[in-house]
Amino acid sequence: MHNPALVILVLIPLIGSVAVFSLRQEQAKLAKQLSLAVSLIVVVYTAVVGFAFHTDAHAERFQFRGSWSWIKAFNVHIAVGVDGIALVLVAMSVVLVPAVVLASWNSFDSRSGAEEIVAPGAKQRSVKNYFALLLLLEFFMIGVFTATDVFLFYVFFEAMLVPMYFIIGSFGGPRRQYAAMKFFLYSLVGGLLMLASVIGLYVTTGSRSFAITDLIGKVPDGATQKWLFLGFFIAFAIKAPLVPFHTWLPDAGAEAPAGGAALLVGVLDKVGTFGFLRYCLPLFPGASRYFAPTILILSVIGILYAAFLAIGQRDMKRLVAYTSVAHFGFIGLGIFAFTTQGGTGAVLYMVNHGLSTGALFIVVGLLIARGKSRNVDDYGGAAKVTPILAGLFLLTGLSALALPGMSTFVSEFLVLVGTFTRHKGLAVLATTGIVLAAIYVLYLYQRTFQGRVSEKVAKFRDLNVRETFAVAPLIALIIVLGVYPKPILDVINPAVRATLHDVHQSDPTPDLGTAVGGVR
Amino acid sequence: MTPTYYLVLSAALFTIGAVGVLVRRNAIVVFMCVELMLNAVNLSLVTFARVNGSLDGQIMAFFVMVVAAAEVVIGLAIIMSIFRTRRSASVDDANLLKY
Amino acid sequence: MTTAHGIQSAAWLLIALPLLSAGVLLVAGRRADKWAHVVGAAVPVVLFGYAVMLFFSVKGEGNREINLHLYSWIPVAGFKVDAGLLIDPLSMVFVLLITGVGSLIHIYAVGYMAHDEGRRRFFGYFNYFIAVMLLLVLANSYLALYVGWEGVGLASYLLISFYYSRNIAATAGNKAFFANRVGDVGLSIAIMIMFAYVGSTSYADVLYGDTQLTKGVATAIGFMLLLGACGKSGQFPLQTWLPDAMEGPTPVSALIHAATMVTAGVYLIARSAPVFDVSQAARTAVVVVGAITLLYGCVCGCGQDDLKRVLAYSTVSQIGYMFLAVGLGPGVYAIGIIHLVGHGFFKAALFLSAGSVMHAMNDRIDMRRFGGLFRVMPITYGVFVCGYLAIIGFPLATGFWTKDKIIEAALDKGGTSGWVLGVVALAGAGLTAFYMTRALVMTFHGERRWEDDVHPHEASRSMTYPMIALGVLSLVGGYLLIFGGGLQHWLTPSVGPSVEEGVHTVSTLVLTAITLVVVALGVLGGWVAFGRKPVPISQPVGVSPVTTAARRNIYADAFNEMVLQRPGQWLSRALVYFDNRGVDGAVTGLAAGFGGGSARLKRTQTGFVRSYALSMLGGTIAVVAVLLAVRFQ
Repeated sequence: MHNPALVILVLIPLIGSVAVFSLRQEQAKLAKQLSLAVSLIVVVYTAVVGFAFHTDAHAERFQFRGSWSWIKAFNVHIAVGVDGIALVLVAMSVVLVPAVVLASWNSFDSRSGAEEIVAPGAKQRSVKNYFALLLLLEFFMIGVFTATDVFLFYVFFEAMLVPMYFIIGSFGGPRRQYAAMKFFLYSLVGGLLMLASVIGLYVTTGSRSFAITDLIGKVPDGATQKWLFLGFFIAFAIKAPLVPFHTWLPDAGAEAPAGGAALLVGVLDKVGTFGFLRYCLPLFPGASRYFAPTILILSVIGILYAAFLAIGQRDMKRLVAYTSVAHFGFIGLGIFAFTTQGGTGAVLYMVNHGLSTGALFIVVGLLIARGKSRNVDDYGGAAKVTPILAGLFLLTGLSALALPGMSTFVSEFLVLVGTFTRHKGLAVLATTGIVLAAIYVLYLYQRTFQGRVSEKVAKFRDLNVRETFAVAPLIALIIVLGVYPKPILDVINPAVRATLHDVHQSDPTPDLGTAVGGVR
Repeated sequence: MTPTYYLVLSAALFTIGAVGVLVRRNAIVVFMCVELMLNAVNLSLVTFARVNGSLDGQIMAFFVMVVAAAEVVIGLAIIMSIFRTRRSASVDDANLLKY
Repeated sequence: MTTAHGIQSAAWLLIALPLLSAGVLLVAGRRADKWAHVVGAAVPVVLFGYAVMLFFSVKGEGNREINLHLYSWIPVAGFKVDAGLLIDPLSMVFVLLITGVGSLIHIYAVGYMAHDEGRRRFFGYFNYFIAVMLLLVLANSYLALYVGWEGVGLASYLLISFYYSRNIAATAGNKAFFANRVGDVGLSIAIMIMFAYVGSTSYADVLYGDTQLTKGVATAIGFMLLLGACGKSGQFPLQTWLPDAMEGPTPVSALIHAATMVTAGVYLIARSAPVFDVSQAARTAVVVVGAITLLYGCVCGCGQDDLKRVLAYSTVSQIGYMFLAVGLGPGVYAIGIIHLVGHGFFKAALFLSAGSVMHAMNDRIDMRRFGGLFRVMPITYGVFVCGYLAIIGFPLATGFWTKDKIIEAALDKGGTSGWVLGVVALAGAGLTAFYMTRALVMTFHGERRWEDDVHPHEASRSMTYPMIALGVLSLVGGYLLIFGGGLQHWLTPSVGPSVEEGVHTVSTLVLTAITLVVVALGVLGGWVAFGRKPVPISQPVGVSPVTTAARRNIYADAFNEMVLQRPGQWLSRALVYFDNRGVDGAVTGLAAGFGGGSARLKRTQTGFVRSYALSMLGGTIAVVAVLLAVRFQ
């Protein structure tokens, strides 16, 4: 088991990051080109790995496995491998990085006029450091999804905070330090609870191993399992943000530079929901079933509550952050409904949400770079002046409200239908969220792009080729996956089924016999 | 041999040293009181070594002396530099490390 | 069910072609401005040509339900949805209507939008609409229908807010989308119920499958489908968006908000006939909604001064008729569909002539500012009159054939409910005649009331020819459709056979006479009130409460604002406050608690060496004391 494929994948961005760090300050342009090249190489390499992934019925659950001993005393390994869930999330992450690189090309260059936020008191910021941090973040992101050793996962989980802390704290808006600190501390608290659980796992299972494959089904049922579950769950619930652990996200999302926010919400938060599926469900099946009703209710509350909050926002980036909280409600719903449709929908939702919200943050950032304000009231009528930006904005917005024909619809509907087969009332409540989604997206679009053109907006410049290419591929991907999602569903499906098997759940069969008297 | 007298003496010396550290302001005096406490401990170490008939305590006493000597060198140097800058050897005047 | 072969296998082009051209027109940017309208208008014409060939191909089949499997769309465990098309008599009728009327309106729009800088964008959206509308009617499963369903909602949104610089247009677009989404919630829940109880969403399994729906499930599905249909078709209680939708360019009002998209609700119910056949409750709900909306639309239509709004309310009420028809059940479905097709002809004709008037009057649309236009715009006048005759049900014109049949079917329902429905439908016919006469008279007759800077003129030929075609269809179309029971027989495989001519509650001859008398009264009323004396330029004040209510669409907007919009905004604001102060307050409060605690604790760091020494001594003594206590207890 020494397949180096994934280790190479993880190392490419790390090497790139070190290379970019070691450049001189003046070599900003080279730093950008180098980061773009590295991130594109990673995309190509991931595509190659993805095509080699087996989806047939007898394929192994984890593929491309590689394992090297790391800390002998505790039997910790550098163990990597991907199942379908991890693979699609890695793919989504690596696709997002070049888009972010392109979108933030001139964001920190005060002479370009494309600076996104002019934060008072901010010094000339180091451009190359930003791109180096992005690549470092990519390294951790790929690492966290590919780790199959719980301890290694924990290390990546915590280490991921560091580059993001600096991206927010050094390159963010006026309240960047507050936001960065809040983000860091909140996540760290969750992470420490998880560390306690990781140690507990090592002790209670008695398997003297951290390998996930050794731990599945080993945790004794009962109170211990519930406590260990809670440790993991709270860490992931903070990360994913599930209501009521969500309040760090609007601050962090609003203060982070748009590219950083795209990765923060698009990828980092996914680690939380990914953790539910990879760790909470298989390791603690009993506790998962025990807590599922509570989590489902929290998810539905999140969907409706965050949607209302998004409608009431004036700060565009906060608004987008709140929409994400609502979307994470859907993901939580899909995961804890324990149906194949719900689970598959949730995983696809993670991928789509990464692409769609990533794109949304990027276009919002491009708009903010033109108006130098996050307040929607400072805009209006921009569609007349910047038709390309308006078109891309509307398309990403539509993907956020899950318009059929886009991949977000496929995932949202799968989640809802998967939930409905088990929990009718909750699914119906969650479905009303689609009306609220329409309201927050189109209301935002109306306030920024429609109406009379103000004097300030009239001076806006439309997107150039680089900016267009930062967003257009993401949207194209969303549409292609919406029309033909089968390939990606085929990758996700076996992994979800295996996970449900770990929780001892199977899909309810359609049955008209129970239906006499109507739908409860 | 009865160790009682030695131990009582040691305790008395230690107490004098401790009280001195607590009540005196002059850094040099405080310093000497610390030395007194160390030597009180040395005395008990040697006493117990004698009672038990092993050399461990005496070796320990040597250790303490060596550490004390090293400490004197650094401590006096610090007191000297504080005195030079502040024209005072009072420990109460040197409270720069407060909250 | 037969499999598609030959020309039928290319049916996916009906969707792909307009989608492609929409994409090209929208992405190409200003480069395409010169030729965009040519491509945009050519596409539906080509599609119509293909649709006619397809029609004859289907006609030649023994089994006229043709399934075209395209590819596996969403396969997840038990949830398997295929992308596929169902070409059957019902969808064929819609395909011909959409591409046929669509072609005419596209050609009209070339002239209508000639001076608009956004013409390319307009045709891009318009072609997109054709694509998704065809997907809606051709889909072979409810989920694929849903894609088209929301797609037309988007097209409608884009086109209503086409003049987005005007806030009122942007708001109208949003309103339409939101109301549609409320309906979509119903439709998606219906689909979920189907999957949960039948395990599939395809028509073949849900409607004609082996599992017979139980009454409870059918009722639930029926009600949810009805909610969806109400949203899309502007039916009570989701009707308020449709009149506002008139903010879009007039070709949009004609094609989307009169002829095709808004009738999708009728299509949905007719398509789901087997569900409604099982559940009497759901069927009753459809009838009630239809009857209420029918009257509502008529009453509001009487109070409007905006010509397009009059037509919009008229659409609302005519779709009410269709709902009434499809709700009455087996045997009347076909009548509803025929009324739908006929309505497509005459309402498009009315809208296009209204657009022509608007075009001539510098985009003014207030009827009080028109008058006497029949002299300057004879062709437009002629077309409007054709549509007018058709909608009021003038003998032998299109509406005559279908509306009478709907009234008859309502009465035939029997019992009190039958009488109530019949009288409502009859009253609707009278009111329709009244408000249409009012519109006709105020616009085209009387003395001129327009201002001096307006120079009305007849429109260009690219506009008048499609108008004339639709005008002719309004007059003779109904007869052609109903001739020899042609369309009824054609639709039989999809919606079941029509009612046999049998015993009626009121004999056909008597009923026709009564209806004609009621219509004549309506026309007379309209003529007496608005044709004999000059029309004031500004709205008269101090009118009866009924008139005021009709002008304000019976307070439906006010109701929505008071019950939904205001409390919604209030709730949103309250939650923002709660989230900042409550939830985030707890988090930041915890942090502040730690901060405050450590601020207190740090006071112990006085900087006095001797106090540190004392605490060390105290600590040592305490440790020793504890040790001794443990040792000697």
